[in-house]
Amino acid sequence: MKSSSSLFPSVSAAVDMATPTASNSSSWGQLVGSSVRAAVVVMLVTGIAYPLLTTGVAQALFPQAANGSLIVRDGQILGSALIGQQFEAASYFHSRPSATLGPDPAQQGASMASPYNAAASGASNQGSTHQDLAETVARRVTQYRMDNGMAAGAAVPVDAVTASASGLDPHISVANAALQLPRVARERSLTHEQVQQLLSQSTEQRTLYLLGEPRVNVLQLNLALDALHQPAVSAGAAKE
Amino acid sequence: MWLPWMEFAVVLAVMAVLTVPMGQWLARCFTSEHHTWLERLTYGTLGINPQEQMGWQRYGAALLLSNAVMMLLGYLILRTQDWLPLNPLEIAAQPPHLAFNTAASFITNTNWQAYAGESSLTNATQMAAITFLMFAGATTGVAVCGGFVRGLARSSSLNMGNFWVDYVRVLWRVLLPLSLLVALFYVWQGIPQTLNTQTLATTVEGARQQLMMGPVASLESIKHLGTNGGGFFSMNAAHPFENPTPLTNLVHILSMLLIPASLTYAFGSMLLQRRQGWVFFGACLVLFVGFLSLVFTAEQGGSQLLARAGADQQASITQPGGNMEGKELRFGIADTALFVTTTTAATTGSVNAMHDSLTPLGSITPLALMMLNCVFGGDGVGLINLIQYAILTVFLAGMMIGRTPEFLGKKIEVREIKLVMLSVLAHSAVILGFTALAALWPDASASLNNRGPHGFSEILYAYASAAANNGSAFAGLNANTPFFNTTIGLAMLAGRFLTLLPLLAVAGSMAAKATVPAGPGTFPTATPLFMGLLVFVVLVVGGLTFLPALALGPVIEHLQMLVGQLYA
Repeated sequence: MKSSSSLFPSVSAAVDMATPTASNSSSWGQLVGSSVRAAVVVMLVTGIAYPLLTTGVAQALFPQAANGSLIVRDGQILGSALIGQQFEAASYFHSRPSATLGPDPAQQGASMASPYNAAASGASNQGSTHQDLAETVARRVTQYRMDNGMAAGAAVPVDAVTASASGLDPHISVANAALQLPRVARERSLTHEQVQQLLSQSTEQRTLYLLGEPRVNVLQLNLALDALHQPAVSAGAAKE
Repeated sequence: MWLPWMEFAVVLAVMAVLTVPMGQWLARCFTSEHHTWLERLTYGTLGINPQEQMGWQRYGAALLLSNAVMMLLGYLILRTQDWLPLNPLEIAAQPPHLAFNTAASFITNTNWQAYAGESSLTNATQMAAITFLMFAGATTGVAVCGGFVRGLARSSSLNMGNFWVDYVRVLWRVLLPLSLLVALFYVWQGIPQTLNTQTLATTVEGARQQLMMGPVASLESIKHLGTNGGGFFSMNAAHPFENPTPLTNLVHILSMLLIPASLTYAFGSMLLQRRQGWVFFGACLVLFVGFLSLVFTAEQGGSQLLARAGADQQASITQPGGNMEGKELRFGIADTALFVTTTTAATTGSVNAMHDSLTPLGSITPLALMMLNCVFGGDGVGLINLIQYAILTVFLAGMMIGRTPEFLGKKIEVREIKLVMLSVLAHSAVILGFTALAALWPDASASLNNRGPHGFSEILYAYASAAANNGSAFAGLNANTPFFNTTIGLAMLAGRFLTLLPLLAVAGSMAAKATVPAGPGTFPTATPLFMGLLVFVVLVVGGLTFLPALALGPVIEHLQMLVGQLYA
């Protein structure tokens, strides 16, 4: 290595004899010229070439995943394995509350609650002193207890009554699913064991025993429940 | 529950292990004499001479000019996005104040987004403007750090190297290859990478779901490797398409810490003082673990508001428990706490949970980390800020023992201290000054989502984030107003350049000095004692500056939460 990058511990410190290029008007022009060219080059390389190259390789290697891990049933796109959906019927497992908004059809320019709106991810962004949050959660707790035949004052898992960060969370906790199981079994005239088996199949454990949380994919579970009743279901679900 | 602590230990250990090879690679990048053919081609295209040596003024001028032009180019692309291809939803051009804010935000490595990606940008601009500016800003930060360290390493020299060479090398040798590899890993895990804007689905219950997508993975990798933080989607890394699995979450975290941590090693390597590098690494790690513990414990303890409403926040094997408002289930509390700490320590600013919904004590962690801005810190600038504090520490120690302070063999004199203080004061003045202004500004309170002390926190967080070039937000704040767009834009520019330029001058000044041989009176800075002293100075200077503001926000909010005070 040449001494131009002299490192300090040597006692006879090598003095760098190269002087900086003298600043004059032509070199300022040179700087501006280089800056303009640099901007264009970096934009073309990182803003166009690199994403297009990545897209090409990704589509070739992992087409399912690159296109959103879509789930197809009977030739129709039902959604994505990664994105949650709203379920309201009593015969389905319910997802976490979602705070996403959507355009209000009645009023131009206004928004209304539109859970699991994948075109506009959103959350409540309310903190621990927000009155709306207190009232909303209390209401959800009462509703959950009523829906699932629980006693007043019974413990309701926190994920069942709080909105997720994206509003598109596809998972619920195992505790949440376990409390909904009796209702779903009853509505579908299935035994608890049958539903439990499907539930276990849709439950994902911690990655590498350390990362993440045990979780149940609601869409996957509900599709499996539907498959019990309906023959010949083609589910093109991607890996999670 | 020991499992989360085990997870934290493993993640930090992996990060420490990755630091060494990456640090060596970065050091080689900054010191090698060999130019590859691709780099020589680039120098030719740019019209620069790689042998040219620059003093700190020219280096700084190149830095400013290149960034200014890139920002302008990004601005123009955002303003003309309605003419560009890949716009099936016919999204209009960004209005001028928003485009200014966005361009300023991304070139300063902040990535503050006063817009929602799904509705404000097209796939063309997500690539040509956003991904481009992410690379542009991040490469600048790392390159400048290389110049800065080179300046510290030299003696009796007027040169800091060549900005263009540093820039081109970091781009071709570090950021582009890593981003490509990590992006492909992300696609494998489920992050979309397509030129389609959307896919229409009919849900199981018959509703219409419009799945937005695009070239997400390519953006996602540089977003974290470059400590950028701007999300493709509005909800950033909480969105399942940006962060589908705990494994992608882990890689996000490691990516964010990789370059900042490795630069401490590269620093030690370039100065042939490995122990000094590890002392800096250690100081960052101590602060990191401290703040991580705070946020994890606070969030796992849950929110009194949720408890009173009837939610069960007890952690068990079947539920994560804790404060799950604004959090994703696949991450629970532990992975979220780690992400919150990492993203504000490494001034990235992407989020996998809504910080606005964190418990009051939990929210102190991201705020404090941004205010300190030196716990690993952003790509390049983190190390620079930490060295700023190290110089301050040496100065304070020198005053206490009555000797001229010395750092890395160079005397610290009036000029250096003035420049360091300029940088420290600029950072705090921007945060506190703008927060005070916004608190008084008549229309600003209409932007708040939470009232009371939490609303004050929303404003404080916004300017801390801008000044630290972080970019995360208490997202309830509606910052897409002319007042906030302008002031936050100015805060970002001031936070970036009013700290970077003075410290570049410090490096230039140090490079020009002769080395003083170490003697019996020299204060050793590569020892655990110095590490402790450095941590102490960071906390005391940061605390004295920011504790009053923190008291008005999170601390009062915590006390009010305990008694059940609510605001409409």
